[in-house]
Amino acid sequence: MIKSSPHIHPHGNITRVMLNVCLALVPGIIAHIYFFGLGLIINMAIAIITALLTEAWILKLRKHPIQPSLLDGSALLTAMLIALTLPPMVPWWIPFIGTAFAMVFAKHLYGGLGQNPFNPAMVGFAVLLIAFPQEMTRWTSPAFNDASLLSFVELVRYSFSGVLPTGLSYDALTMATPLDTMKIQTSLGESVSAIQSTQKVMGEVAGFGWEWINLMFLVGGLYLIIRGIIGWQIPAAMLLGLFLISLITSLIAPDSYASPLFHLFGGATMLGAFFIATDPVTASTTPRGRLIYGFSIGLLIYIIRSWGGYPDAIAFAVLLMNMAVPTIDYYTQPRVFGHDGK
Amino acid sequence: MNGRKLWHFHGGLKLDGHKPISMQSTVEPLPIPPQLVIPLQQHIGAPAEPVVSVGDKVKKGQVIAEMQATVSAPVHAPTSGTVTAIEERSIPHPSGMSAACIVIDTDGKDEWLDDRKGHSQYHLLDPEELRILIRNAGIVGLGGAGFPSYLKLQPGAGKIVNTLILNGAECEPWITCDAMLMQNRARDIIDGLNIMRHAVHAGECLIGVEDNKPEAISALRDALSEDEKQYIDVVAIPTIYPTGGEKQLIKVLTGKEIPSHKLPIDIGVVCHNVGTAAAVADAVIRGIPLISRYVTVTGTAVAKPHNLHALFGTPMDFLLQQCEPQEDKLARLIMGGPMMGFEINDRQTPIIKTTNCLLTMQQQDITDDQPVQPCIRCGQCAEACPAQLLPQQLYWWSKAKDFDKVQDYNVFDCIECGCCALVCPSHIPLVQYYRFAKTEIWQQERDKQKSDRARERHEFRQYRMELKKKEDEERRRKKKELLKKTQGDKKEDDKKSAIEEAMARVAAKKEQQSAAPKNTEELTPAQQKQIAEADARRERINKDEPES
Repeated sequence: MIKSSPHIHPHGNITRVMLNVCLALVPGIIAHIYFFGLGLIINMAIAIITALLTEAWILKLRKHPIQPSLLDGSALLTAMLIALTLPPMVPWWIPFIGTAFAMVFAKHLYGGLGQNPFNPAMVGFAVLLIAFPQEMTRWTSPAFNDASLLSFVELVRYSFSGVLPTGLSYDALTMATPLDTMKIQTSLGESVSAIQSTQKVMGEVAGFGWEWINLMFLVGGLYLIIRGIIGWQIPAAMLLGLFLISLITSLIAPDSYASPLFHLFGGATMLGAFFIATDPVTASTTPRGRLIYGFSIGLLIYIIRSWGGYPDAIAFAVLLMNMAVPTIDYYTQPRVFGHDGK
Repeated sequence: MNGRKLWHFHGGLKLDGHKPISMQSTVEPLPIPPQLVIPLQQHIGAPAEPVVSVGDKVKKGQVIAEMQATVSAPVHAPTSGTVTAIEERSIPHPSGMSAACIVIDTDGKDEWLDDRKGHSQYHLLDPEELRILIRNAGIVGLGGAGFPSYLKLQPGAGKIVNTLILNGAECEPWITCDAMLMQNRARDIIDGLNIMRHAVHAGECLIGVEDNKPEAISALRDALSEDEKQYIDVVAIPTIYPTGGEKQLIKVLTGKEIPSHKLPIDIGVVCHNVGTAAAVADAVIRGIPLISRYVTVTGTAVAKPHNLHALFGTPMDFLLQQCEPQEDKLARLIMGGPMMGFEINDRQTPIIKTTNCLLTMQQQDITDDQPVQPCIRCGQCAEACPAQLLPQQLYWWSKAKDFDKVQDYNVFDCIECGCCALVCPSHIPLVQYYRFAKTEIWQQERDKQKSDRARERHEFRQYRMELKKKEDEERRRKKKELLKKTQGDKKEDDKKSAIEEAMARVAAKKEQQSAAPKNTEELTPAQQKQIAEADARRERINKDEPES
């Protein structure tokens, strides 16, 4: 058979892309572990094993070659992202169910990598949040001092048996997240500045620990942009959208609405902006479409955080905009060379 | 150093040029091979028709095949010799197909045809005369497409050429034949440009050369006279593949985009390759038809990569042998560059007018056989696409064979430069999908035309049958009517006459009755005679008996 041009290719491939994204997660993961303990490691291990086994199983069912798809790194990335959205202390079946659901229903039922309209990790997270709200909202308190974190063995025991270490209760171990605190306290009439100055969990700007985790994800994200692995459009537009709307509301009512910094560096904002909204398969693909897509996610995050019923909003904002992608793409096709502008 | 404003085109790639390795030595004229195989079609358009027969002796420069259509080009004998066959041989084509060729066994004398005529005073010639000279010299675009050049020098009524561009970009990696030509024959290129300018009445002339060829740029600039500098500008343009694409080069130099499905002339631009300009100078000034060209032989499987001055019809293998091929390493032979060239399987395939490069590759260079992974819609293809298309959308729709959608996404604006396929992390052979879609659409168009014609024929037949049926019916009806009418007339006449008769009878009766004792009227002579006799008898009796 005669080969057709071009005859050369770069040596990069999807696996390299996926592994680079996983690598860029590492600073954020380290910060997460530093503030919330080793629970993330356990969850991530369970999620990764589940993802690989589920994918291998379903590839076998679909009579697809297992090895190439399994090793493309996409399952690994999905599993890592799901683990990063979970509270540090959850029973083992939480990462298991979330990841298995993501792989089977959100990814492979649509045809596997590249075919799924919804971000698999966010589908997994959303299912868990709706089905198991108690487990999913029980965040351990950040490590105000090292002694407050549980040991690895204690965490493993909890994960697989559900038994808390003797003498400890959930009340002692967990507390409301900064986003929760802000929402509850403002609804009780507290002013934003009072909340931020009195509550230890609020940290310096966006929550104790959280601001650092976000900063580390920002660093990882910038690495991906510099390496050309993700485009700047979606993260920039998403952060801009979130920034603008929070700026406007906080200027109008500074007592009721937190500052842009709180939103940009709180919750899962940076993880969402650089690692979740940028999932190429489920995001808009046109340059203008990516700006609209990212900006809309930013707005939705703010709307759900401020006026919705859920503590954080990355997953729902992303899933809602996933739905809009075909329409966005259709209406934002670039002007083709030699054609009149639209 | 240009002082000229340049524009950008979207996307494109910075590629490793690999150019210096084939520019180390001077361009060598290739020895005359024992046999030349000259395809009748070395250009876009209709193949030329042979005007020699097997056994004919031909001289160098002699026309051996004439053009029979407007879009075509004649073919000349590259050297002297004997025609030994006119038959199908493999030609350079992406499909590796065979086509009609004239085979010449060379005699080594390289004898020219006698009546060669140059026109050094070309500016005294009429543009139409120039076009005829260029046409008769068999000159086609030497940049790769091979479109007959005289047609591009014929702007057409009402078309004004503002800018005449010479394309010396040579943006494909590895290829250096144009670079060497610009270095060696700068003056000829300028002469050719002047001739072309005269032929199209162009104003400004631009020569676009990628800035990775500084020697070529300075050679061309040095070749310009003071007067020529007024209207010719040698422009160094950024080295970004595919800046040598006609649309891209025009955009970079003028900021204008050729509208989709239009030609450069529609925006007042004419664009030719530098090699074409040199060929025009040869043809017009020296009377030398297009019979040879510079060919780069390069790549990783030849020990001595360099440029050769080869006669058309020379087998590719003959060129390779001049460059010390490493047979054990040679995994793929490509005509053209790595981005847009195509694989040659038969090394006896001849060099033709559009052969700019023979690229050899080792197995390790060939990276297009990596496993194809699913498209993850990363959009790198769209970023690289110089036509600003959405390659992955085209891919989805091509794969789904939804050719309407493929056309909605403007597949025909794709120049097949290969940028999208080169950046694809999933190693999807995107360009193949577009070629497939284009071919399918063309096929559908042809099928549609065919079926349209068939339907028209069928409909016409139906119409004819219908017509015939109608006519028959009409005829039958008329016949029937006529029959009916004649029968009807008769009957009516009968009726009429019956009535008339009856009426007459009645009238007669009436008359009889009204003129009561008129039974003496209308008497036959016999009756009258009887009556008269009776009257006479009565008179006699009356006479006889009066006295009594």
